Amino acid sequence: MADKVLMKGNEAIAEAAIHAGCRHYFGYPITPQTEVAAYMAKVMPKIGGTFLQAESEIAAINMVYGVASCGLRVMTSSSSPGISLKGEGLSYLAGSDLPALVVNVQRGGPGLGGIQPSQSDYFQATRGGGHGDYHMIVLAPSSVQEMAELTVKGFELADKYRMTAMILADGTMGQMMEPVSLDFELEPVPEKPWATTGTKMAREHNIVNSLYLKPDELEKGNFDRYERYKIVEANETRYEEYLTNDADIVIAAFGIAARVSRNAVNEARRLGIKVGMIRPITLWPFPKAPFEKAAEHAKAFISVELSMGQMIEDVELATKCRVPVSLCNRAGGMIPSPAQVLDCIKKIANGGNN
Amino acid sequence: MDYKRITIICGHYGTGKTNIAVNMAFDLKNKFEKTAIADLDIVNPYFRTKDSETEFIKRGIRFICSEYANSNLDIPALPQDIYSITDERDTKFILDIGGDDRGAYVLGRIAPAIKAEGDYEMLMVVNKYRPLTKDAESTIEVMSEIESACAIRFTGIVNNSNLGVETTPGVVLDSLGYADEISKLTGLPVVLTTAEREIAESLAGKVDRLFPLDLQKKIFDN
Repeated sequence: MADKVLMKGNEAIAEAAIHAGCRHYFGYPITPQTEVAAYMAKVMPKIGGTFLQAESEIAAINMVYGVASCGLRVMTSSSSPGISLKGEGLSYLAGSDLPALVVNVQRGGPGLGGIQPSQSDYFQATRGGGHGDYHMIVLAPSSVQEMAELTVKGFELADKYRMTAMILADGTMGQMMEPVSLDFELEPVPEKPWATTGTKMAREHNIVNSLYLKPDELEKGNFDRYERYKIVEANETRYEEYLTNDADIVIAAFGIAARVSRNAVNEARRLGIKVGMIRPITLWPFPKAPFEKAAEHAKAFISVELSMGQMIEDVELATKCRVPVSLCNRAGGMIPSPAQVLDCIKKIANGGNN
Repeated sequence: MDYKRITIICGHYGTGKTNIAVNMAFDLKNKFEKTAIADLDIVNPYFRTKDSETEFIKRGIRFICSEYANSNLDIPALPQDIYSITDERDTKFILDIGGDDRGAYVLGRIAPAIKAEGDYEMLMVVNKYRPLTKDAESTIEVMSEIESACAIRFTGIVNNSNLGVETTPGVVLDSLGYADEISKLTGLPVVLTTAEREIAESLAGKVDRLFPLDLQKKIFDN
């Protein structure tokens, strides 16, 4: 009891980042993630770190590029429209194989959209976000505790695989308050012999760059990177299964949608309907295995999303369309209620489609 | 509690100001006919007093709020009838102020009139389980930042120490020393100790000046 504190999701991200050794934060305020920057602004000066409100999101992501090149843990955070602005920088980070943490506390879109929660940046996050062939490790917390834990994990995975890790949260996750334990086990930070830390006349220059004008060299970089991605897919896929063993209907939901769906699953079970849930924690790499397994006994899947249906495509791919997948969704800043999800479950259980 | 004409609720963000303001408005309405609550939070567009608007209307509590609250227009704006607070002296007001010094700047605009009238209470809501106000020193630092921003001094402390869903009577009891220390260092009284109704009931007799809170409903419970 005494070791817990009450935090907003956004604060938990900031505090966890500091625990993970991040001493450089660059960002530009946008609702609903501003508390990340506000917390960093308060704490970083007291611990010898750098908080800098950049002139734009584009400037912030390029400052991230600079610090990452020096081999230090660095992050930026924003919400949907701001992440679009960072798109070019995300691609440059990937092209230069730099580790960094980027937080997207999603809001409704497209365009300037609204300020209420959304999950409609799933495609943008899981398919890269910027131009070129690349992936980010995408982590989807569904509690304030996970906001903290996955932030630490994000830094560790980014360093380990020289990739950008993204925390894909939503406005509710950012704003809601829950008790958190900040007692983390940290993995040692790996050596970064590639970092631009000064040669001290003892080694060759390190060059961090994403420009390769010789196509064969550029191709090799892409092939090497995708070999690394295979290792990430094999080793770092995370998910939670809830009552899936005997399930006729399996819900796929992440983040806030999983919190809502869990209530609907419990209620449906009380009514005697065999429902379970697979909650992807990594959205890339997507946890295909539990879906393949569940497709052997489930008669239907329901993808519950705060979007017009984006993750549903990965569920269909993972199950190879062997079983019908329905969508239960709200969009534009609205959140599905447990009752809405329960209605979807009942409809499917009675043999209908959504 | 006895209400002055204006009760101002301030504090570090996320300490539970809005819940307390809403519950105080309900309590005040039971004691005084002409009750009003004003949402002057220009900082936080999520979880705000406006969420309880239908309940205010049902109970006949006047509600003052920016026209743009809970809309998609994400700009800090003040209610057009903000001067009712200082002009309508037959009404008792609860003011819900945004978090930290940034939220308290709003008050500066009406502070001279509030101080000239002199019938107000300004309460600092504290929670020892919030990481940036975890001890008396850091809490007092936030207090002086708020006072500098709004040009009004605090008159009392509300101890709303809680751990959200994991709050137990023990969590509240463990916070009493923290509130007392703030009281000792600032010379201000602990006006209330607040807790969710069920917990408050089990603390009856153990804590002075307990104020039970009915919390806003959440959309999920795990």
